[in-house]
Amino acid sequence: MAGTAVHHDHRHDHSDHAHDADHAHQPLTFFQRWFLSTNHKDIGTLYLIFAIIAGIIGGTLSVFMRAELQEPGIQIFHGLAQMVYGFEGDAAIDGGKHMFNVFTTAHALIMIFFMVMPALIGGFANWMVPIMIGAPDMAFPRMNNISFWLIVPAFLLVLLSMFVEGPAGAYGAGGGWTIYPPFSTSGMPGPAMDLAILGLHIAGASSILGAINFITTILNMRAPGMTLHKMPLFAWSVLITAFLLLLSLPVLAGAITMLLTDRNFGTTFFAPEGGGDPILFQHLFWFFGHPEVYILILPGFGIVSHIISTFSRKPIFGYLGMAYAMVAIGAVGFIVWAHHMYTVGMSLETQRYFVFATMVIAVPTGVKIFSWIATMWGGSIRFTTPMVWAIGFIFLFTVGGVTGVQLANAGLDRALHDTYYVVAHFHYVLSLGAVFAIFAAWYYWFPKMSGYMYSEFLGKLHFWVMFVGVNLIFFPQHFLGLAGMPRRYIDYPDAFAGWNMVSSYGSYVAAVGVLIFLFGVAEAFSKKRVAGDNPWGEGANTLEWQLSSPPPFHQWEQLPRIK
Amino acid sequence: MTNTPQPPGKERANGVIVGACLAFVAGMVGMAYAAVPLYDMFCRVTGYNGTTQRVEQASDVILDETVKVTFDANVGPGLPWDFKPVQRDIDVRIGETVQVMYRAKNLSSKPTTGQATFNVTPMAAGAYFNKVQCFCFTETTLKPGEEMEMPVVFFVDPEIVKPVETKDIKTLTLSYTFYPREPSKPVAAVKDGETENRL
Repeated sequence: MAGTAVHHDHRHDHSDHAHDADHAHQPLTFFQRWFLSTNHKDIGTLYLIFAIIAGIIGGTLSVFMRAELQEPGIQIFHGLAQMVYGFEGDAAIDGGKHMFNVFTTAHALIMIFFMVMPALIGGFANWMVPIMIGAPDMAFPRMNNISFWLIVPAFLLVLLSMFVEGPAGAYGAGGGWTIYPPFSTSGMPGPAMDLAILGLHIAGASSILGAINFITTILNMRAPGMTLHKMPLFAWSVLITAFLLLLSLPVLAGAITMLLTDRNFGTTFFAPEGGGDPILFQHLFWFFGHPEVYILILPGFGIVSHIISTFSRKPIFGYLGMAYAMVAIGAVGFIVWAHHMYTVGMSLETQRYFVFATMVIAVPTGVKIFSWIATMWGGSIRFTTPMVWAIGFIFLFTVGGVTGVQLANAGLDRALHDTYYVVAHFHYVLSLGAVFAIFAAWYYWFPKMSGYMYSEFLGKLHFWVMFVGVNLIFFPQHFLGLAGMPRRYIDYPDAFAGWNMVSSYGSYVAAVGVLIFLFGVAEAFSKKRVAGDNPWGEGANTLEWQLSSPPPFHQWEQLPRIK
Repeated sequence: MTNTPQPPGKERANGVIVGACLAFVAGMVGMAYAAVPLYDMFCRVTGYNGTTQRVEQASDVILDETVKVTFDANVGPGLPWDFKPVQRDIDVRIGETVQVMYRAKNLSSKPTTGQATFNVTPMAAGAYFNKVQCFCFTETTLKPGEEMEMPVVFFVDPEIVKPVETKDIKTLTLSYTFYPREPSKPVAAVKDGETENRL
């Protein structure tokens, strides 16, 4: 991997505009620094703050849902509907039922587009990729700024959609993040769906601009001597993610534009009365949707590789295998989409193909899991906070991966389709996988980004509370799904009561975990324990650890040379 | 990548990458839209999702085996028609060309136009259901109170007895749904008709 010997070569010829702030030595005003920012580290910080806020909102929605599902019957959503939308009496019950669907939809959209993606790609990748590859900044700093300021209005539009009319006489866009027609067309005539679609459009544009920026930066701005095969794995993961974004998001944009014109301009792409087919939307959606789940997890793979290597004091096992495993996962991820649609009536041969292709993904994923374990094997392991999060990631992601291989089988999936088993599966890989990777990255790079050391006790406490909490939430959902409990309902038969209660208690525990996280951040900033350039010692040999903590406003004015 | 300070060349390289990326994005949006006619074509060719086949000629092979074909009729919202098959079902020899009738009646006091969509279940059998003539190929206009009998001429492809997925099928269902032909109002339009021209 990169690192080892670094030389500096002197460059005096700074004629490009990105370095304006160099010769303008007067300090930037608050508005200039944070609103007109072109600095990748400041934009990364903005993205991280945004992701934390969005994550708290999205997480709060999920705690409301779990509180509702704690017992059979309708406990809180009729009251919420009364409070928020002003429904009275029986109308409040119906309003509350739809509101529950709105909450599931908004929770998914927020967590995917406004929490995980901004945190991993906009936040950590923006911060660390230029530093790790020895670049002074991103290739297009102003475009970077636009990317961030597009995601904010997109988020506001999605939030706004919860408060305007969706179906006749109810508020907000229900129907899940998959927004299948006809429910998202004739089922929801109000403007809520249009606002949500517009929000997705803008978030998609933001991500596409970001992806172009990362591809250009990584291909063109690596330091002298840093070939692609010496590049850190996190940069690899972001490069692959950027290509996945570039390939998949335009398809989503096309599909939701068709949805929009079906809704507003009388086209019939997905309406059978005009010769359209609603199943086509599912194909288009999942052609985007499946790569999207790899977009969410691949940067996490990169981060975990660094952390495992750092705290095992060993270079990552099988570096090239790790890099090309991610390439393989990304490539195969585009040809497995119909495993989300086994129930639409595909021919047996088609199902066989999608079962096989889906299971093939387990091979490169297995390469990664075993390489992480082989990296730890015989290493001098230190169980610091980032390391325990990373090991937690490997464990939980593997659990989710195993249920994924099960669900890949069309025969089994027909029984489990749209049950809580699927909910448990994708939360193990995303809510526990991707989110654990985010927290691992947070504790790994927090000393570098802020210059302060977090409290090891609070970090570990955060980990254990969160670990117990999320497992309590999602492990029982496997049992509920196997017993046949369907997703996306506000109520359920009494037979499902026991494990639902356990699951709800788990969500309160996880919510306490989030509070511990926020307290830990505040504590670190108030105690101001100086972290030093490289708090992790010998194992941390990527370029960011050779800079001061926090890094200078403009790094690598003398480009590092990698041997 | 090189260590010579060369902003102009680098800018050109950046431009090339951005151009390639943008072309990629535009291409993928185009692919999403190209999926619409391609998907349609794919369904027609493969009989995917129970899409029936349209043929000009009757089959020259007729097997001794028979299959039961049942008929189903539906009317979409907004079309005041009564629409049903004359015969509920029929036993046909595989390969034999038969004609069946559907009957539609306009119940309203205005002339209305409809066009039917169709499919066959089990969906795997769609590719083997060949229509020589069908009212669904064209629009149908009925005057107020008018009643019309509409023919469908079809045969079941003898190839159906070969593939493992279809050889055990004993019953096929041909289903039609008539939809009003005038383009329906956009679903997101405001409820009262006057303000539907908002953008």
